Amino acid sequence: MAVEQTPAQAGEQSRIHNIGYRNYDGPRLGRAYARRSLYSQSLRGSYGLGRSVKSKVLPMLIFVVMCVPAAIMVAVAVATTAKDLPVDYTRYAIFLQAVIGLYVASQAPQSVSRDLRFKTVPLYFSRPIETADYVRAKYAALASAMFILTAAPLLVLYVGALLAKLDFSHQTKGFAQGLVSVALLSLLFAGIGLVISAVTPRRGFGIAAVIATLTISYGAVSTVQAIAYNQESTGAIAWLGLFSPITLIDGVQTAFLGASSSFPGEVGPSTSEGVVYLLVVLGLIVGCYGLLMRRYRKVGL
Amino acid sequence: MTVIATESLSKRFPRVTALDRLSMDVGPGVTGLVGANGAGKSTLIKILLGLSPATEGRAEVLGLDVATKGGDIRERVGYMPEHDCLPPDVSATEFVVHMARMSGLPPAAARERTADTLRHVGLYEERYRPIGGYSTGMKQRVKLAQALVHDPQLVFLDEPTNGLDPVGRDEMLGLIRRIHTDFGISVLVTSHLLGELERTCDHVVVVDGGKLLRSSSTTDFTQSTAILAIEVTDTDDHPDGTRAVREVLHARGIDTHDGSGLPGAGHILLLTADGEETYDLVRDIVADLGLGLVRMEQRRHHISEVFKDADDARDEERKEAVGHGG
Repeated sequence: MAVEQTPAQAGEQSRIHNIGYRNYDGPRLGRAYARRSLYSQSLRGSYGLGRSVKSKVLPMLIFVVMCVPAAIMVAVAVATTAKDLPVDYTRYAIFLQAVIGLYVASQAPQSVSRDLRFKTVPLYFSRPIETADYVRAKYAALASAMFILTAAPLLVLYVGALLAKLDFSHQTKGFAQGLVSVALLSLLFAGIGLVISAVTPRRGFGIAAVIATLTISYGAVSTVQAIAYNQESTGAIAWLGLFSPITLIDGVQTAFLGASSSFPGEVGPSTSEGVVYLLVVLGLIVGCYGLLMRRYRKVGL
Repeated sequence: MTVIATESLSKRFPRVTALDRLSMDVGPGVTGLVGANGAGKSTLIKILLGLSPATEGRAEVLGLDVATKGGDIRERVGYMPEHDCLPPDVSATEFVVHMARMSGLPPAAARERTADTLRHVGLYEERYRPIGGYSTGMKQRVKLAQALVHDPQLVFLDEPTNGLDPVGRDEMLGLIRRIHTDFGISVLVTSHLLGELERTCDHVVVVDGGKLLRSSSTTDFTQSTAILAIEVTDTDDHPDGTRAVREVLHARGIDTHDGSGLPGAGHILLLTADGEETYDLVRDIVADLGLGLVRMEQRRHHISEVFKDADDARDEERKEAVGHGG
């Protein structure tokens, strides 16, 4: 008996050590789940989460830079018992547009250029997800990351304003208008950033191209607007704003969200002109999505 | 049961015909897909994954039509590309977990399967380090792991031994064999080296110019195309034993070739074995002459021979056999 038991025991022990290959018969959650997973992974990646320490530095720093001025304004408002916040909710993003531009420029290439450069894209498309899932997940992730970046300081302002016992309904309305404005801004900037980055597998080139697109278009538009203002052709100022992303957002919020324009002479677009602005913004967002879809249909496997 | 079935499958691009009325059936097990560069191997895999529509004809993978059930196929199939596809700044574990989730595995299962799969392909402690620091062999293992992590029923391996040294190549081939024998997963593996596939595959499919050149089990393949190398000793009766054997073989109507250009040239005879009888014949001849048989071995083939075979250019074939044999 004892002799017979020994090999059996040895067999069981070795089975515990080497369990061999186990098949997976659990659930497979399919396309929608994979898209959500890609979304959350990309969103986390936009703040360097789940990546190296080095890649956390810039996005976190930018996030802090975005929030600090809001905190200071709140502190001032509370200390001086002012009647209103020193800056409108809708103006905040316009003030810090350079910081927002820097964020898109650094994170849009991070999100898509890496997959192209290291040829990871075919691994995605050999799985249940399709081109549209990939593009939507990446677009939604970057737009969400930008919304977090631009909405967080507004939240700081709003909470601060309530603490300073400013008028509740006035502040809530301003906050809501601000949120709509930065939501549009996030979608527009994320789209532009992704389209530019998806063209090149080189991250550095992507960063430079995004920064160039944003600053050159803004620089050109504001210069020409200033010239138009000096020549007192104020009618042209509003239309010129259509040609750069940040002035587009400025125009839309001036026309519909009760913002004061930062155009020269504070002559924002009228409501009818504002409709054109809004159509252009929405057109650009849809256009960016379409371009991304076209781009990735080609990349494939 | 057929794992892959194609029926006059064609794929035409504006200037090239990548696949030309390809019909084949692939059963379970390890199947080698052999073809020179540009023979249409990658195009075929793309179509089988449901990523690129065929110009005409139809194909089924695991009983699912590639034209309509691409998503379902990709959920059950793994794919290891030929090229590099790994980001250098993440660890193998993180990367494979992410890919497992992309295949639809819930987070906990994705982590568990990743640990299992990486262990099975032979990655241990290094799996927590960034992939950028891995050797080519380790990277190939990670690529293989991401194709297996969701426990597919079938994997497509595109040139898995590319860039590996001989030891790494042997290990990879052993691993591919295990994917079927131990894991129970069918394999379609592409290569341009027939000899390599002979060692791992149950079945070999040869394509050239988008056409099916040949599809047969590996044993058929080696038997019908085997080239024998013979080396004999010299004796006092036969000062040149090699020549003596050659003369007798010629008398029996069997062509031989000296292994010029190979190590041991002049002492080695190459001949085409038609079957078991050839082995017996050689043994008897050598014994009758009273020579010692130093070796009698099968020479590995290069894929180009098979192509030449199809062209019936037999002389060319021999030259190739000499050039690439062993």
